[in-house]
Amino acid sequence: MLTLLERWTKAALGDLQTYVLLAWRTLRAATSRPFYLHDVVEQFDVIGVGSLTVVLLTGFFTGAVLALQSGISLDQFGARSLIGRLVGASMILELGPVLTALMITGRVGSSIAAELGSMEVTEQISALRALGTDPVRKLVVPRVLAGFFMVPVLTVVADFVGIAGGWVIARFQLGVASGVYWSSVTEGLFWQDPWVGILKPFVLGFVIVTIACHVGLGVSGGTQGVGRATTRAVVRASIAVLAVDFFLTKLLVFLIY
Amino acid sequence: MLVDCGVGSMDDEKAASGSTVTLEEALGPGSPVVLFDRVRLSFDEAEVLSGVSFTLLKGHTKLLLGASGSGKSTILKILLGLLKADAGVVWVNGQRVDGLSEEEMMPLREDIGMVFQEGALFDSLTVAENVGFKLYEQTRIPLGEVRARVEEVLGFIGLAEYIDRMPSELSGGQRRRVAIARAMATKPRLLLYDEPTTGLDPITATTVDDEIIKLRDLENVSSIMVTHQLRDAFYIATHTARRENGRIAVVPADEAKVGEAEFIMLKDGRVVFEGDADDLRTSQDEYLQTFLS
Repeated sequence: MLTLLERWTKAALGDLQTYVLLAWRTLRAATSRPFYLHDVVEQFDVIGVGSLTVVLLTGFFTGAVLALQSGISLDQFGARSLIGRLVGASMILELGPVLTALMITGRVGSSIAAELGSMEVTEQISALRALGTDPVRKLVVPRVLAGFFMVPVLTVVADFVGIAGGWVIARFQLGVASGVYWSSVTEGLFWQDPWVGILKPFVLGFVIVTIACHVGLGVSGGTQGVGRATTRAVVRASIAVLAVDFFLTKLLVFLIY
Repeated sequence: MLVDCGVGSMDDEKAASGSTVTLEEALGPGSPVVLFDRVRLSFDEAEVLSGVSFTLLKGHTKLLLGASGSGKSTILKILLGLLKADAGVVWVNGQRVDGLSEEEMMPLREDIGMVFQEGALFDSLTVAENVGFKLYEQTRIPLGEVRARVEEVLGFIGLAEYIDRMPSELSGGQRRRVAIARAMATKPRLLLYDEPTTGLDPITATTVDDEIIKLRDLENVSSIMVTHQLRDAFYIATHTARRENGRIAVVPADEAKVGEAEFIMLKDGRVVFEGDADDLRTSQDEYLQTFLS
């Protein structure tokens, strides 16, 4: 008789094994024929263009509230003019990549898990295989490519809009001159910072979409299972985003600073 | 060239005769299209198939009966390579498939059509895109020719006017028939049906049965049908399709034709009966009688 802990460990290891296998098959499929170009373009549109609004809003308000909060703290040291430095570094290094990734997790991760999960429970995935089409090539690769390339683009957009949001507050509420704000933004950055800010989203995009696809393709238990999978995908991908962000930051700091 | 397919252990008679199967035999007239030899499969501690063996000849029909959970659908999934058996030998269309990887199975699936229980139509694609899916995705056939083939197949099953509809706009019976059209679009030599009439009213179920009979008798497609609908199983076993004055008619079959449809009864992953319609009707086995009643 397996104890509860043994069963949980076995299930978790099995899950990890199938995730690694899926990620490996995705990498192999992404670098060999056949390609489903039409599906790739469609997913770039769904994941990239479709997420633009939520990323713009998130980025703007994050930058704005950051300026608002930090303005009060900086005033205590008479350093209000450094607000651009704080907003810029925070957005580019951390908040831009992580918040964009979390937004994509909520919007795209849940949608992918639900879509693939529904296809799984209605045997459409089996039908694809029966028709000689590899579901990894047809469904997973286009989504992963879109996540891998579009999350960095969206992150850059979020960074820029966030810094602009900070400028709005700095200029019109805190009375910091525009020139002071923008020069503070650029002066506050090391040359390595933009690299860290742009490299992280590639990995986060890959992680979010592969987790969502893995959860979606593993759905069982009918429509209830699809509902559970949607939640599971968002929870797992969100935790993964934060954990991967931490370890990746440590690695990048070690490698390029 | 003789190819030993490892069927020495298939059953006692065949083992005694030292049977081997050539590729030519497997593909030739009256030869096995499917060989299932002592196939076993377990999920964790539950044994789903316990040494199942059977043979399907070209142009013939196997009707797999049994209660829910007896392992019927699992057999179809193993034939298609959607599941891997733990032990045993499986030959399909002259190729041994039990040890093949997913990638190696892909080309073999071109010659096998599968009709899933609820149709499993792609709900974001139109009827035409569903039926022509394989041709659109995996061949370089010009789009016009694919469209013509889709129209031809939909005409065969009497759904030509639904070509541009979405699956959600179809009734349950129409969805099953579109699924049959999708499975036959590339003219496979073997068609697998997983409960194609479950949940349908008797009249609609008969229209689906007629399509299965037409494909078997007019297109010479071998078929395996999983069902627990006895009425449909006997109807398919005892009827045949023929062209009369340019029209297709489904009529009662003669004795020889009835003998080409063989029933297999599964119970708890084991074959408990194998024979034709008459054998099944006259069986004195208690379980069979309970099932038939």
